[in-house]
Amino acid sequence: MSNNPVAVARIANVSRRSILLGLSAGSLVLAVGLPTLSRAQDAPVEFGADAMPNGWRDDPNVFVSIADDGIVTVTVHRSEMGQGVRTSIAMVVADELEAEWDMVRVTQAPGNEPRYGNQDTDGSRSLRHFFDPMRRAGASARTMLEQAAADAWNVPLSEVRAEGHVVRHAGSDRTMSYGKLATAAAALPVPDREGLRLKDPATFRYVGKADIGLVDNDDITRGTTTYGIDVRREGMLYAVIARPPVFGGRVVSVDDSAALQVAGVERVVRLDPPTIPAEFQPLGGIAVIARNTWAAIKGREALVIEWEDGPHAAYSSEDFEAELEAAVQTDDGKLILNRGDVGAALAEASTRIVAEYYIPHLAQAPMEPPAAVADVHDGSCEVWACVQAPQVTRLRLAQRMELPEEDVTVNVTLLGGGFGRKSKPDFVLEAAILSREVGAPVKLTWTREDDLQHSYYHTVSVERLEAGLDAQGKAVAWLHRTAAPTIGSIFAPDPRQKLPFELGMGLTNMPLDIPNVRAENPQAPAHTRIGWYRSVSNIPHAFAIQSFIAELAEATGRDPLEYLLEVIGPARLIDPSEIGDVWNYGESPERYPIDTGRLRKVTETVAEAIGWGRQLPVGSGLGLAAHYSFVSHVAVATEVEVVNGEVHIPRVEIAIDCGAHVNPDRIRSQMEGAVIMGVGQALTTEITFQDGRPQQGNFDSYLIPRMETAPREINVHLVSSGGYDQPLGGVGEPGLPPIAPSIANAIFAATGTRIRRLPVADQLRS
Amino acid sequence: MITLTVNGMEHSFDGDPEMPLLWYLRDELGLTGTKFGCGIAQCGACTIHLDGYATFACITPISIADGSEVRTIEGLTEKGDHPVQVAWRDLNVSQCGYCQAGQIMQAAALVDSTPDLTDEDIDTVMSANLCRCGTYPRIRAAIKQAAEARTE
Repeated sequence: MSNNPVAVARIANVSRRSILLGLSAGSLVLAVGLPTLSRAQDAPVEFGADAMPNGWRDDPNVFVSIADDGIVTVTVHRSEMGQGVRTSIAMVVADELEAEWDMVRVTQAPGNEPRYGNQDTDGSRSLRHFFDPMRRAGASARTMLEQAAADAWNVPLSEVRAEGHVVRHAGSDRTMSYGKLATAAAALPVPDREGLRLKDPATFRYVGKADIGLVDNDDITRGTTTYGIDVRREGMLYAVIARPPVFGGRVVSVDDSAALQVAGVERVVRLDPPTIPAEFQPLGGIAVIARNTWAAIKGREALVIEWEDGPHAAYSSEDFEAELEAAVQTDDGKLILNRGDVGAALAEASTRIVAEYYIPHLAQAPMEPPAAVADVHDGSCEVWACVQAPQVTRLRLAQRMELPEEDVTVNVTLLGGGFGRKSKPDFVLEAAILSREVGAPVKLTWTREDDLQHSYYHTVSVERLEAGLDAQGKAVAWLHRTAAPTIGSIFAPDPRQKLPFELGMGLTNMPLDIPNVRAENPQAPAHTRIGWYRSVSNIPHAFAIQSFIAELAEATGRDPLEYLLEVIGPARLIDPSEIGDVWNYGESPERYPIDTGRLRKVTETVAEAIGWGRQLPVGSGLGLAAHYSFVSHVAVATEVEVVNGEVHIPRVEIAIDCGAHVNPDRIRSQMEGAVIMGVGQALTTEITFQDGRPQQGNFDSYLIPRMETAPREINVHLVSSGGYDQPLGGVGEPGLPPIAPSIANAIFAATGTRIRRLPVADQLRS
Repeated sequence: MITLTVNGMEHSFDGDPEMPLLWYLRDELGLTGTKFGCGIAQCGACTIHLDGYATFACITPISIADGSEVRTIEGLTEKGDHPVQVAWRDLNVSQCGYCQAGQIMQAAALVDSTPDLTDEDIDTVMSANLCRCGTYPRIRAAIKQAAEARTE
């Protein structure tokens, strides 16, 4: 997820620039920084980690410490939420350090970007942005150990070599252990970046190897890990909050007499509603503070609250779907792409095909709900929290607690899943406000109902696609209208158009080999908090586009694989800014062009693996989808079996080309997990609103896949297109977008029914 | 007064008898390995062993555990070497790890009680436990590995 909507790497023109500045409205500047807009017009444009707030660091003194006993501790500054970043960053540092893996430990950095560089764990970019800096941190530490040994032996640096946790002098075959050298090495200056010797990737022992155990394996399997919800402090109280059931609502009155009678309940505290835009502010409501979580929950049940629902009291998903459908019928939406002449090409086309797709709100629903412990007293604020953006959390706490940033400490725990929800620190602010109020450490827990009913939801979209085909059935015109509430709506009062970074997620950067392409974005207001959800706007864009391409194949009687490859076109490198995407995930278009050759390759890989073209029994079918996102290329082939209107998925083949590999096992696990999350999106998960209220309250109504509904077989293909001179692509998110369309396309092949509305739910039941 | 044994140690409790075991374990005893996920027996993150049976701690009032023996992930084995724990590490099953204590407790009860495990057994029993990261394929593989280790 981009946490950085305004840090659009390429500002195409002055008018767009002023729109973005207008949107930022002060709060956003503080939230995520404005690295590319604060620069003079003619300064070089920055990309990647350079363009992120507080950039990157590679100082070995910050990231590596070595104890007398030789134990190497790597400080990981990115949040662990299941992507394996604690293991992967340690692998990179340990490899360059020539450390023995069983001597390596990991510690988690607190929120402090001036010290560690950017910590926003989102956008599938931890390794993309920190592979090189972490290599240098490890290599610098190794060089310092070598220098310390050379000094001790009074020999030139060139005669010593670190390997296997010791430094060896070739001439005399003397060795000194890292533990013995650590103190002397730490006193040496950090070597210059320019002269630093990095390892030949051919000699990597950990990077790119598949057999590395997770650094947290032992703790996880023995139950000794600490997530945000697990933190305990001396004298700690426990809180839950009754929040306004409708976004924008507030408390009119409360009767807390029964709540205060519940054994263990200590206090009832009223919280202010947010100002609009809500950004990361708490939602307000009534907090119950107790001696344990159960008493707090019981106390909350006993509250009698009169709510005023506010301006979104009438929000209904059914009505809003109709509103979005009406919006995409109009031709006065904001023009976002215009190549060739779509109007003329459509008029001349032999065949015109139109389809509309609906993609619902979703909740991230991490298994660990939002939870945090705060201890605010005597002019200091310390929190322990499962946050994806610890520095943003720190800044927001400092602001809310009216404390200098240096008096705010954000300890980052393990995250029991994140998926974008924990990029927003509203729940940490709640804990801090309550701790300040009661003068004791407070653990705030969100129940599952709180999580599903007060999320920062994935948006809701209607995508209308129209194509003109020539006499041979080739697509010559493509018109895409997209309407969806924008994430910008949490940062500005009432924006109604998608931001460039949302459009750059699979719409304006679609590599279509079609001469006439036009895209429009009609208005859509937001009636709830909209936020990043793993892979963000790629979800609706990929679903619509990959479904539509398969529909065109069907309309022309062509093979869907052949048709998909025709629309992708021949192998070529595309500068995304030249086809209409100025963002490109914040990366340089020269370093990270869209590579249709790689997109074709992953597509052909999964097609071959699934046995594309083979005969299947009645009721079974194969479907394909390919999608470029987070500067990685992914394709999926799915086999479905539809029995009595119920969809079973026996097998999924998924291929990713994400450039060089750091931790192949974690690339595989991210693809496996993306497939299963995607199955849920395709078949069952949906948040709907009625009277402004989400209708799903727990896992009995928000249906995420279980063992029995997950595909029995998932095969991951790592298609690498080069060595370590290739830049790294994203891994955490790009697996997800093509899953749902591949399933919908397979359902069509199996049943002849085209799914244009997610989730499938009971659409196939007669 | 309610008395119960948790991981081999005897405890007594005279608070709300309706308090679910989950919150008793986590808040009163500080055994935070057992997780909260839903509170309504839908996700299995709170799975413990009550007198040897896999049980959802989130809906089990502590009064039901009076006189019983409770085992949590922290007490499953002394050295973390139940075949299920070993297989979980061997196959790098975990992603975020949050649900895995419940998965491991559920799987350990399954493996310990069921000879000749089938895929259908795994589907039936393990479908009680949700994983949002999507580790099901590796959970299945790890259970099979653990079951094999048990029979050897």
